[in-house]
Amino acid sequence: MAKSQDSVGRRGFLKTAATGAAGLVAGAKPGDVHAHQAADHQAVPSDLTLRVKALESLLVDKGLVDRAALDRIVDTFETKIGPRNGARVVARAWVDPAYKKRLLAEASTAMEELGYHRHQGEDIIALENTAKIHNLVVCTLCSCYPWPLLGLPPVWYKSAPYRSRAVIDPRGVLKEFGVDIDADVEVRVWDSTAEIRYIVLPERPAGSERLNEEALAALVTRDSMIGTAKVTLDVAEVPA
Amino acid sequence: MNGVHDMGGMQDMGPIRHERHEPAFHEPWEGRVYALSRVLRTRRGPWNLDAFRHAIESLPPVDYLRMSYYERWFTWMLTTVVAAGDVTQAEIESGSPAAGSPRKAVLVAPEAVSSMVDRRASARRDVAAAPRFKSGQRVRARNIHPSGHTRLPRYVRGKSGVVVVDRGVFLFPDTNAHLRGEKPQHLYSVRFAAREIWGEQASQRDFIHLDMWDDYLLPV
Repeated sequence: MAKSQDSVGRRGFLKTAATGAAGLVAGAKPGDVHAHQAADHQAVPSDLTLRVKALESLLVDKGLVDRAALDRIVDTFETKIGPRNGARVVARAWVDPAYKKRLLAEASTAMEELGYHRHQGEDIIALENTAKIHNLVVCTLCSCYPWPLLGLPPVWYKSAPYRSRAVIDPRGVLKEFGVDIDADVEVRVWDSTAEIRYIVLPERPAGSERLNEEALAALVTRDSMIGTAKVTLDVAEVPA
Repeated sequence: MNGVHDMGGMQDMGPIRHERHEPAFHEPWEGRVYALSRVLRTRRGPWNLDAFRHAIESLPPVDYLRMSYYERWFTWMLTTVVAAGDVTQAEIESGSPAAGSPRKAVLVAPEAVSSMVDRRASARRDVAAAPRFKSGQRVRARNIHPSGHTRLPRYVRGKSGVVVVDRGVFLFPDTNAHLRGEKPQHLYSVRFAAREIWGEQASQRDFIHLDMWDDYLLPV
């Protein structure tokens, strides 16, 4: 596929892009290897940018797709559904023992109390981390994740290194995330093999007694709700 | 299917590349692919969530590993829109609707997006089915190697564990993915000692919990 489409008109661009797309279906072509990685950003429109545009345009021209609907879906996951939702649930559980009890008994209902709908959260289970038990969530087969509470999963969660190692070497994985688990602490790895979704209720950090619910929620990171981090008073990672 | 997607326990896949302040989408096309796939999946057609997963895991192994997450989705979409009759292969190749082709009804209007996102799409089924196992019972994961879709990871096959809780009745992905019916049955949370699975190298204090259907389990 040509990298530069500058001299090609709209027709030609669509044809090239869609043909490339069709070529992809037929099988990978030598030289068609994409450099796209989690942290790599390309300065010129990538092959995929063009091919996705071509498919979107075709579906819009056919009448099936309304661009404004796509914009809204993207906006929903960029600005509305994300780990802040889960953080509010965690903070509420920390300050309200009755809520915590409901959360651990039936998380799907407890999250709805705070206005978070279910979709993939129809069957969400909250797992409590304690001084004796550390829970870690993975989906070895694909990317199952509690979307209504945490948003879309981060790239590392969907990646081969995490999916492969979380089950065989959870303590090593945790160490890689900077979390040292004492030898006498039980590690429970939850492989999301069905439509049950898991969220970790991390331990409330020592020294946070005077913080209110809102301040507590600000401490809760996405990783702490997957189980790959503990919550500390210094926020090391502020999720988007 | 014993595919590369079934990664649990594989080694030497490299370091975990954690990214601070990770955005929902790294590039605009990823958001478009995600949104398009959500819209397309509202449509009745030759797919469901399990069929979607199976299509992704059926990509040639080299492509599966090479492609980014949303690139896999895009590849799924290209074949699916044709299979569902949304567009023809010729239209995919030409990039525009065939002359005289009828304009189709819009799948999701902008106003319908928030209800679509919130829709409760559960795999739970409200049907009577007798559970074959009960909490506290010792069970063994079947040593099966189906060539089609399964949610029974390789690393646990043949291993024994304990049923912790019966989660109720859910559709069965192994048949649902192939449009051979939902075959609703009980799903259990089963706890396996890491040592049962990985041997001496695992900590005695590590456990793996998996959700497993009746058809994946045998009594011990």
